[in-house]
Amino acid sequence: MTEPVISPASSSEADRAGSESGRWRPGRKALRRQMLDYVATGVSIVAGSVLLLVLVSILWTLLSRGLVGLSWATLTHRMGPPGSGGGLANAIVGSLLQTGLALLMAAPVGLMCGIYLSEYGRKGNHFASAVRFVADMLMSAPSILIGLFIYQLLVVPFGHFSGFSGAVALAVLALPLIVRTTEDMLRLVPTSMREAGAALGAARWRVILSLCLRSARKGVTTGILLALARMGGETAPLLFTSLGNQTMSTDMTRPMASLPIAIYQYAGASYEDWVQLAWTGALLVTFGVLLINITVRLSSRH
Amino acid sequence: MRMTPVLRSSHRRAGFDAVFHGLLLLCSLLVLAMLGGLILLMATGGWQAFTRFGLSFFTTVSWNPVKDTYGVLAPLLGTLVSTLIAMLIAVPMAFGTAFWLTYIASGRFASIVGTTIQLLAAVPSIIFGMWGFQTIVPFIARDVQPFLNHHFRHVPVLGSMLSGPPVGTGLVTAGIILAVMIAPFITAVMVDVFGAVPPMLRESAYGLGATRWEMMRKIVVPWSRNGMIGAIVLGMGRALGETMAVTFIIGNVTTVGWSLFAPRSTVASLIALQFPESPEGSLRLSSLMALGFILMLLSCVSLALARCLRGKRQ
Repeated sequence: MTEPVISPASSSEADRAGSESGRWRPGRKALRRQMLDYVATGVSIVAGSVLLLVLVSILWTLLSRGLVGLSWATLTHRMGPPGSGGGLANAIVGSLLQTGLALLMAAPVGLMCGIYLSEYGRKGNHFASAVRFVADMLMSAPSILIGLFIYQLLVVPFGHFSGFSGAVALAVLALPLIVRTTEDMLRLVPTSMREAGAALGAARWRVILSLCLRSARKGVTTGILLALARMGGETAPLLFTSLGNQTMSTDMTRPMASLPIAIYQYAGASYEDWVQLAWTGALLVTFGVLLINITVRLSSRH
Repeated sequence: MRMTPVLRSSHRRAGFDAVFHGLLLLCSLLVLAMLGGLILLMATGGWQAFTRFGLSFFTTVSWNPVKDTYGVLAPLLGTLVSTLIAMLIAVPMAFGTAFWLTYIASGRFASIVGTTIQLLAAVPSIIFGMWGFQTIVPFIARDVQPFLNHHFRHVPVLGSMLSGPPVGTGLVTAGIILAVMIAPFITAVMVDVFGAVPPMLRESAYGLGATRWEMMRKIVVPWSRNGMIGAIVLGMGRALGETMAVTFIIGNVTTVGWSLFAPRSTVASLIALQFPESPEGSLRLSSLMALGFILMLLSCVSLALARCLRGKRQ
């Protein structure tokens, strides 16, 4: 650390001259320091306000463009050719199916990997630190690459796009998030809890599952829900794996529609009603994702 | 004789424990295998392009599906420049916001504002793209570029950076959107890092008569320098690989030039756009995979860098 050098500027000539007239007035140097402080404070507040304004602007744009098209028909009709009064039903169903399946795949594996890192992979375990590093790397890997990866792994060998490969891509995306939050949450469980369990004669797996995991339940659920929110809005990995579909399909081995893909396809269209559907879809996705986030943050605060 | 059941049960318990441990180990191996598979499949997928073009892959500008020649220079430069612009905007913004949240705003207010800003990080990236196309693109095309062009056209280097028709899509627009997307993330890490500065140090600075800004600049910043750089590099990694938002607003033209306001393309946006038109097994798809491999390397290097810098602090 560099040595903190604070110049005792207030003892300069100017200050002393100022204080002689009975009432203390800041000298020029002190005034400059004060002004600099005000400027820095002002700039910081402006920077923060800009970020807040961006959020407000995004929400406002979504509401003003998307709310118009939100109707029962949008939610119940499937996508259709322009002008036919199509909706987003198949995209919503596809999104729910793929995200649900992805969660079913990612949550158990992520939980177990997180347990391993926290319970068996403390200091000195090189394998565990490698896994930790790789999880971090996967977490920061561009999501489009995960799409390419699953395309090579599942789409090319089977010869066609499928909802299943979309779900796998989302699972790969969510896995590192679940791993790291599970580990962090389990680490907060005091060691005395584990010792108490062991002293009662419980086996290690029992201690981990019914004591540690149970007391870290809330945090672990938070991690899984946040992963769910992240998956819900992802477009790039689905582009190359589940491709999108105009018809209602619940067959996991066929191409499947999803909300983000529908938004992507419709946002650049030249038909008025398709663009409207894209905005409505965007409104649905964003408010779904934000709702999960807000709920999780509010409940974890208590 | 009476010992047998106890022994058996303890045997069984040890067996369960071993199975449990094995299962956990297997899941951890799966995570390792995933990254290994990701890198391996990218490398094998891009092999055809790498062997075909060799080093000229990195120096060729044209991305020409008609002649079947591909070069990564244009998208790579697009990615690097848009990320650079994003960092130039996002870092001061995140620093200021973190300063505000940690030391200026009062507790309850700061936590509300902090949570709200974190919600911005949760907004899906495709939404940023649509919002940017709806609001930022017209703003740049109508106001910013004509204004700058009018005043700085004759300045030697700056003039060429501002040239081009005012379409609104381009590197600056992408940089702005990327900055807004990664700033909440950098802010969150910076708030953590600033919060870890020992209160004793801060209070002694105040005791010596430092103003808040002087305390920030001379105590907090030197103390948390490594953590801050780590946060910045992590944010950079995110900006490098961002796809959906950029695809909407970059213009998607594979050219190289001085202008920051002309349509360009980035690695990720090129992959997203060209993929549907690339048949399986073609050189074009292989070139896209090679691009993906390069992007993966960039992202890995930035993460390793962030790791090193953050590790030093502890």
